[in-house]
Amino acid sequence: MKHTLSVLVENHFGVLSRVSGLFSARGFNIDSLAVGETEDPTVSRMTIVVEGDERTLEQVKKQLNRLIDVIKVQDISPEDLLEREIVLVRVGFDHKSRAEILEAITTFQGKVLDASGNTLTVEVTGDQTKVHSVFELLKPYGILEIVRSGRIALSRKGKLSIKS
Amino acid sequence: MKKLTGAKILIECLLKEGADIVFGIPGGANLPTFDALYDSPIKVVMSRHEQGAAHMADGYARATGKVGVCLATSGPGATNLVTGLATAFMDSIPIVAITGQVRTYMIGNDAFQEADTIGITRPITKHSYLVKDVRDLARVVREAFFIARTGRPGPVLIDFPVDVSLAETEFDYPKEVNIRGYKPTLTGHTGQVKKAAEAIKQAKRPILYAGGGVIASGAAKELRELAQKARIPVTTTLLGLGGFPETDPLSLGMLGMHGFEYTNYAVAECDLLIAVGARFDDRVTGKPDEFAKKAKKIQIDVDPSQISKTVPVDIPIVGDVRATLEALNKIIEKGETNGWLREISEWKKKYPLLYKEKKKLLPQYVIQQISEATKGEAVVATGVGQHQMWAAQFYQFNKPRSFLSSGGLGTMGYGLPAAIGAAFGRPDEIIFDIDGDGSFEMTLNEIATAVANKLKIKVAILNNRHHGMVRQWQDLFYKGRHAQSEMIGQPDFAKLAEAYGAVGITITKREEVRPAIEKALKTPKMVIMNFLVEENEDCWPMIAPGKPANEMLGTFEALQKEGAVPQPRKFKEETPEDLSLS
Repeated sequence: MKHTLSVLVENHFGVLSRVSGLFSARGFNIDSLAVGETEDPTVSRMTIVVEGDERTLEQVKKQLNRLIDVIKVQDISPEDLLEREIVLVRVGFDHKSRAEILEAITTFQGKVLDASGNTLTVEVTGDQTKVHSVFELLKPYGILEIVRSGRIALSRKGKLSIKS
Repeated sequence: MKKLTGAKILIECLLKEGADIVFGIPGGANLPTFDALYDSPIKVVMSRHEQGAAHMADGYARATGKVGVCLATSGPGATNLVTGLATAFMDSIPIVAITGQVRTYMIGNDAFQEADTIGITRPITKHSYLVKDVRDLARVVREAFFIARTGRPGPVLIDFPVDVSLAETEFDYPKEVNIRGYKPTLTGHTGQVKKAAEAIKQAKRPILYAGGGVIASGAAKELRELAQKARIPVTTTLLGLGGFPETDPLSLGMLGMHGFEYTNYAVAECDLLIAVGARFDDRVTGKPDEFAKKAKKIQIDVDPSQISKTVPVDIPIVGDVRATLEALNKIIEKGETNGWLREISEWKKKYPLLYKEKKKLLPQYVIQQISEATKGEAVVATGVGQHQMWAAQFYQFNKPRSFLSSGGLGTMGYGLPAAIGAAFGRPDEIIFDIDGDGSFEMTLNEIATAVANKLKIKVAILNNRHHGMVRQWQDLFYKGRHAQSEMIGQPDFAKLAEAYGAVGITITKREEVRPAIEKALKTPKMVIMNFLVEENEDCWPMIAPGKPANEMLGTFEALQKEGAVPQPRKFKEETPEDLSLS
């Protein structure tokens, strides 16, 4: 099962390698990892999606908490999960498919970032279902390149407090 | 306020932390530090190799309970510390390692003697710091000591670039430490403690399984109180040895791979297992699914990540072992354990350790004699292998901080430098290094450190001309093919001792053993006793890796058939208030 962890960490050098090193050393798999500064510039938030059973997840959380630079770990339950990912997709097009692609992108509230030569680069934001649908839809036109931001998430339950 | 250099500030911080001794070797990148130490009140011990310095700091920490400090220069100095840091990390030993680093503006340039020390040591330290600004230094040192000694202790590394050690700033030592990501839970949850007390009251066949956490938190007294109040027998892990007096009738000695037969039976049959500062290591559990299968399990540990890691527990209590046992002892009620104690007492008589006399001297006998000659009161360091297991089986440890051994990492070569660290920490006590020839050869360069500092360490090499445990495994699991387990080209250790200025004694016969030990104890110098022992002696009993306890090899029954003679442990007479075992 996939779990989304929201992890508040000290915003200084070396923290990312401590966290990623922990996952590789203990054989945990990272599905997705995204890091960025929070409203407090001394704190960064990592959104980590991991795959594993309850026992593995329990260990992941405990081992993360063991790191001195980790301030707080929150396991966001599926019902509280507010999740987004940005993907940029470059597809080939010809005069025949252009309109179809544009129509499809519009359905997903995507944007065309660039159209040059015979490629289109589009941006789509959404949850995983939407992201996968976009890939499926564009596949027949020939996807040339994909880049994904990694998932970012917040819990409906409100602010993850540093204190306590 | 007067300005001080980084190096001077470091010394001031060390003094504030009560570090009156450091172990290490100078080099280009830490010369300012050594220069500042030169006229400081801190005692500086120069080891012969940085691995030795790390083990000395570790041995000092284990023997005293204080934080050990080691120093190394950048690059090779730092990489040489790695084994020592990993050893301390696995066994939760508080040390602070301070490594030199190239100038901050050179970092990342492949400078002379540059290594990414923080990167290399990240997975084997509790935490680490690269000090890029001298104004951070005092806070960093304060935090490093705090992190090393609190919660689950462990090694902390400070990487200290040479330009930062020369830069000046005002010295202001922070009064408090406040690390928002580090707040160890110290007092066990009251509700959980109550549940544990209830389970103990209900239990008919309880066992206390005590680990290194008992030593680390200084909870030997509280453990004893619990065991005696509730009449529960106590087994310890390798690292827990000394946490409970082994002459106490409630003592079951060590459990696990080379634990006592009766102890492993007792663990298999218990209905309540109370893990106290112990982490269900694979050398203890064998096959985790089969470990203490019939028992409800309580686990007390300060590190939440150790709870239910390999074996699921029913009543977890996160907290400092001593504080938690104190709370538990206040509400504990004795259960009906007399029948269980009687049963265990019979097993103890029925399945003692045993060995068969051979033409050549037996290593077990040597350890029994050391145990008797020192009345179980020496501080004993060991290497890793058969001799280590025999020391755990045949020396009866009665006091905490008296057994220094690399349990988790299993670091051969740990014994001598750890004994040196202990000798500095406890100058008035008898310090033994019970070692194997293979282990001893890995760090024997530190004889010079012991001699230079006039330490009176007694080294007992159980010399079987082999990596004995490897040889035993090859006989058991690799069809007796002794691939590189024989030690060819060994020196005469007694002559080697003399060459270094220590006293060397060679012992080949049983009747020479005790006189040699007595002579060593009387000699006010370092003594190296080279016991030439039987080469093909195996360490029994043994639970093969990953096997359950009931598939033990080298049992009493098996060895007795071959003519082995029982070697029962000596227990203290029970006082009337001890109630009765029989």
